[in-house]
Amino acid sequence: MAKLNMVKALNQALFQEMERDADVLVLGEDVGVDGGVFRVTDDLQRTFGSQRVIDSPLAEAAIIGTAVGMALYGLKPVCEIQFSGFAFQCFHQIENHCARYRMRSQGRFNIPMVIRMPYGGGVRALEHHSESEEQFYAHIPGLKMVIPSGPRNARALLAAAIRDPDPVIFFEAKSLYHAAKEEVPDEIEVIPIGRAQVVREGDALTLVAYGAMLRVALEAADVVRDEDGAAVEVIDLLTVSPLDRETLVTSVKKTGRAVVVHEAPRSFGPGAEIAASIMDGAFLSLEAPIRRVTAHDVPFVGFAREKANVPDVPRVVAAVRETLAF
Amino acid sequence: MPRIALEPRFQVEYLSILDSDGNLDTALEPKLADTDLRSLYRSMLLGRRLDERMVRLQRQGRIGTFAPTKGQEASQMGSVFTLRPTDWMVPSFRETAAMIWRGWPIEKLLLFFAGHLEGGQPAPDQRDLPITIPVATQLPHAVGLAYAAQYRGDDVVVMAYFGDGATSEGDFHEALNFAGVWHVPVVFVCQNNQWAISVPLKKQTHSRTIAQKALAYGLPGIQVDGNDVLAVYAAAREAVARARAGDGPTLIECVTYRLGVHTTADDPTKYRSDAEVAMWEQKDPLTRFRAYLEKRNLLEEGLEQRLDDEIAEAIRRFEATPPADPLTMFDHVYAELPPNLEAQREELAARENTAPAPPDETNPQGATPMRGQRLTRR
Repeated sequence: MAKLNMVKALNQALFQEMERDADVLVLGEDVGVDGGVFRVTDDLQRTFGSQRVIDSPLAEAAIIGTAVGMALYGLKPVCEIQFSGFAFQCFHQIENHCARYRMRSQGRFNIPMVIRMPYGGGVRALEHHSESEEQFYAHIPGLKMVIPSGPRNARALLAAAIRDPDPVIFFEAKSLYHAAKEEVPDEIEVIPIGRAQVVREGDALTLVAYGAMLRVALEAADVVRDEDGAAVEVIDLLTVSPLDRETLVTSVKKTGRAVVVHEAPRSFGPGAEIAASIMDGAFLSLEAPIRRVTAHDVPFVGFAREKANVPDVPRVVAAVRETLAF
Repeated sequence: MPRIALEPRFQVEYLSILDSDGNLDTALEPKLADTDLRSLYRSMLLGRRLDERMVRLQRQGRIGTFAPTKGQEASQMGSVFTLRPTDWMVPSFRETAAMIWRGWPIEKLLLFFAGHLEGGQPAPDQRDLPITIPVATQLPHAVGLAYAAQYRGDDVVVMAYFGDGATSEGDFHEALNFAGVWHVPVVFVCQNNQWAISVPLKKQTHSRTIAQKALAYGLPGIQVDGNDVLAVYAAAREAVARARAGDGPTLIECVTYRLGVHTTADDPTKYRSDAEVAMWEQKDPLTRFRAYLEKRNLLEEGLEQRLDDEIAEAIRRFEATPPADPLTMFDHVYAELPPNLEAQREELAARENTAPAPPDETNPQGATPMRGQRLTRR
């Protein structure tokens, strides 16, 4: 057992998978000598060499495009896009090729690659360094979209993503990188992709969150428990797509109420799909409309206004109380 | 502070061996065996005959939209001929002649253009990527394949195809840059056919040649007469040998011409003159290679008929393909079917079982064909 922050935990996953499988490569901007701007790839190049841990030229489309070629050859590239806000310069490679090669080639090829991207606010950063854009990837058939919420599940999910035969978009919340440390066991852990976790049981309401919003949800559940005496069930999605509808539906059948929290803008966001899935599976159990607590439908607002935009504990508490009182 | 010319001075060569009047530069003539010359001609002619047949099939509604090869046979065959089966070929969407040479059965290509993804599935041992439609986006894949081959220590060269329009795309420049920095065994073959749909080369780039774009990335670039199969072959052989020897990538610009339409949905009379097309018809790659082979007494009797028979036989096999099973659309999305797709597959299966008889296939309601395109029957 060691107490690790998320950066260290992700770094361990990369070490562990590269030691396990010589086909795993890392490429991206500044991932080698510098160890990545957030140090997630620290020391990898010193250990595995510059052929396996590649400081690529500064071009997102070619990072993803060449990784597609490597994956077609049978390697398992793990790409780092420095900030998710820059991924639109490689979005065509992700949508046109990563997601489609298995289909286009009718199973002759698959793309066993991972694209890691730091996402989300809370770090007082410039435009393109604070956004949450998981909805774009979650909408694309052929991709998997994973977002861990803490060091231990980050390590286990990254291992699963690297071993997955299909392309996985792996978002890492910047605000969690150096947040709380967590006990992480010495032995290798792998969490299956596509399964949500009930992280706190309750019978009054289902609160759904993922990534950096999980902590906000848990704190809001504490407030409601302490001040209102209501037991809120909290679900950590872990995988946005494919969505674990079963866990959501099972929970709402018990609680009858649901609130979804995410940092992405509201309209056409993951909350809409989650709400529709709950409607499909648990309509007759619902006692109240499903509420969404999200960022507003506005472009980047600047970090001076970020607090007013990104969901926080009081906003989630208010939504939970309104839903309980409906 | 000085202002001095930097060394080395860069230069771009132009290579032509067999001109359109049949004049041969014997000093540059590649030493090809008679059997190789015959199979080059055979595959160029097969490409031409199939292309013409496919245009008719499309007009009859038996296949959908496709991009004809006519005029570019020398650029394709001269280059692809230098690859080994263990090398990789990365096409764009106009490489029918080269793809057949690489082992794609004709009926499979027809199936692809009739809307069946099965036609785009390379055979298990075939080292070819399927057709890639978004322009230039396949070029980084070629660089990645070459990197992976080098990483594994495999004796592999990758050849990637694209057109003049692709050289305006960012992916072209990023691919050449990465290839140069990584020094990987890849050969970029640009078929400069003068037109990117309706936009001529002079509106595509202010560079005098496409070949010179390689120099900016530290790679050799050469311009060849793309309608001269011997010149294309000589340039490609040199580039492939360089890649195989570990001496890095090359850009070859084949100056050629698209004698036909961009795709079967295109009408080139809107943007180019008959006189221009007639001028390029004088430079037809098949005519001059035929003249060369005739002088060497290498033409085969009855070849046209044999190729036409081969094509007709492939069309028969293609048209005997059973209709597509809609349920297989879920088979190749992920390695394992996630629950949402399992549910959708069941939905479709239930719909298929309860569906009324299909409408008259020659005139289904609500389906509007693209301009110049008729409905595909299967």
